Amino acid sequence: MDLIRIKNVEKKYKNGVTAIYDLNLAIEKGSFVFVIGGSGSGKSTLIKMLYREEKPTKGQVIVGGLDVAKLKNKKVYKLRRKLGIVFQDYRLLPKLTVYENVAFALECIGEKKDEIRIKVLKALEDVGLKNKVHSYPDQLSGGEQQRVAIARAIVNDPKLLLCDEPTGNLDPDRSMEIMKVLDDINKSRGTTIIMATHDKDIVNRMKKQVITLKDGHLVNYKQKGKYDNEAI
Amino acid sequence: MKPFRMLIRSIRDAFKSVIRNFSLSLASISCITITLIIVAIAVIASLNVQNFTKVIEKDMTIVVFLDSDASEEDADEVENQIKKISNVSEYTFQTKQEVKERMQEESEVFNTVLENFDDEDSPLKDTFQVKVKKIEDIKDTAQKIEKIKNVAVVRYGEGMVDKMVTAFSSIEKVTYGIVVALILVTIFLIVNTIKLTISARKKEIGIMRLVGASNFTIKTPFIVEGMILGMFGSIVPILITTYGYVAFYNHFNGYLYSELIKLILPEPFIYQVSLIVLGVGIIVGMIGSSGAVRKYLKV
Repeated sequence: MDLIRIKNVEKKYKNGVTAIYDLNLAIEKGSFVFVIGGSGSGKSTLIKMLYREEKPTKGQVIVGGLDVAKLKNKKVYKLRRKLGIVFQDYRLLPKLTVYENVAFALECIGEKKDEIRIKVLKALEDVGLKNKVHSYPDQLSGGEQQRVAIARAIVNDPKLLLCDEPTGNLDPDRSMEIMKVLDDINKSRGTTIIMATHDKDIVNRMKKQVITLKDGHLVNYKQKGKYDNEAI
Repeated sequence: MKPFRMLIRSIRDAFKSVIRNFSLSLASISCITITLIIVAIAVIASLNVQNFTKVIEKDMTIVVFLDSDASEEDADEVENQIKKISNVSEYTFQTKQEVKERMQEESEVFNTVLENFDDEDSPLKDTFQVKVKKIEDIKDTAQKIEKIKNVAVVRYGEGMVDKMVTAFSSIEKVTYGIVVALILVTIFLIVNTIKLTISARKKEIGIMRLVGASNFTIKTPFIVEGMILGMFGSIVPILITTYGYVAFYNHFNGYLYSELIKLILPEPFIYQVSLIVLGVGIIVGMIGSSGAVRKYLKV
C-alpha cells in the first residue's frame, strides 16, 4: 500500500520561483527512500510539503490518507502526529535534558506520565543513548544530539520519518552511525523513511530507493539506486 | 484527564513566564492595577448614584392643584388628560375635603384654622398626585400638565434634586471615558508583554508545532498568562475597594450631605464590586493576550 501519493504537484513560491514542476510519486509503506539533488533542486521543498510546512500550489499530496494541501492550519497537528521530522540542526531545547527533550514531544500532545516514561526510554534505547538520559544537549557530540532528535521524532511511533539532511553537520563516521540507527528503525519498527541528502557515500553504501530531482523535475526513481553524478 | 493535565501544564508555563519576564509583567500588572482602581471607583459611584436616584424617584411626585371652582366633571376631564401622558406611571386624586381631613390629622394648628372654613369657601383645592416613570423628564411632564384646562398650579421637587442627578450622570460618563481609554492602554501593554514571552519561546513553539501539539495547546499558556496578569492586577484594587468603601461609609455614617443620599450598605456590596473588578481584570488580560497570540503566533 502507498503511504504517500503525490499527483501533479507544482510548487511556486511567492517570490515567483518555481521549486517543483509537475511531480508524480508514490511511496510504499515501510520503504526507505533517499531524495537527492543539488542545491535548489527542490528536495527540501518536497520534504516541507510532506509535513505541510509548505502547501503545493497545484496538485495533491496525500500522506497516510490525509490530503495535505487541503488541510486547514488548525488541523495540521493531525498530520504532524503521524510523522516524525529530523533536521540538520537537531533543534533540541538546550535547557532540557535528553530525557526531557524526548518527553517534550509527548507532553505536548497530552500523553500520560508513565506512558511517556516507557515510550521515551524505548526510543532512547533504539538510538543507543540509554546511558545519557540525564545529560544536556551541550554535553553531547553532534552525532549524539542528532540521535536525541531522532529519538524525539520516533517516540510517538510515527508511520513516516522525514529527514532533511540529517547528516549534514556530521563527519563520515558519525554519519554512518546515524544511518545505521535509521536503518534499524526502518527494519524494526517498519517506519517509512524519507531522507533528503547530498551525501554521495551514504547513498551508495545504503543501496536504498533513490529519487533524483533536478531543478524541480523528477529525473528518476530507482530501487537500489546510486548517487548519479551526471543526472545532477 | 487529558484536558486537565494540559491545563495544569499551561498554568505552570504561564507562571514561569510571568516570573521570567518580571519587569514587563510588573509594568502590565501596575497598569491593570491603576485601571481597575478607577474601574472600581466608577462602579461604586455609579451604583450608588443609581441607588439613590431610585430612592428619590420613588418619592418624587408632581402635585397638581385644580382651579378652586373646578367641578367634578372638570376633574374627570383633567384625569383623562393626565392618563394620556406617557411618562405618568400612577396618580391619585384627592378632593378638597380629603385634603382638609388629611391636613387636620397632620397638625393641631391646621385643625383649628381649617375648622372655620366650610366646603364652599375653602382655600384648599382638589389635587392630583402624579408619579412619573422617568425622573429626567419630570419637568417636561409637569409643563404638559400645567397646560391642561382647569389646572391652577403644578408643583414638583424642582431645583436641587434634578440638578444633582444630571451632575452625577455627567460625571459617570466622563469616568467611563477614562476607563475605556485606560483599558485600551492596558491591553496594549499586555499584548507587548505576551509578545515578549512568545519570542522568548519561539524555538519551543516551533518544536511543539513539529511534534503535533494542537493550536489550542500552543495558545493556552499565553492566554492563561494574560489572565494571571489580570488577576494579580486586581489584588490591590480589591483591597482598596473593600477597606476604602467601608471606611468611607463609616465616616459619613451611611449618608452623603443629606439624609436623602443614602449610601449602599457595604455588605454584600463590596464583595459584588470585588468580583466585578476581578472579572474585568481577567477579561482585560485575556483580551490582551489573545490579541498578542493572534498577531505574533502564526498558528
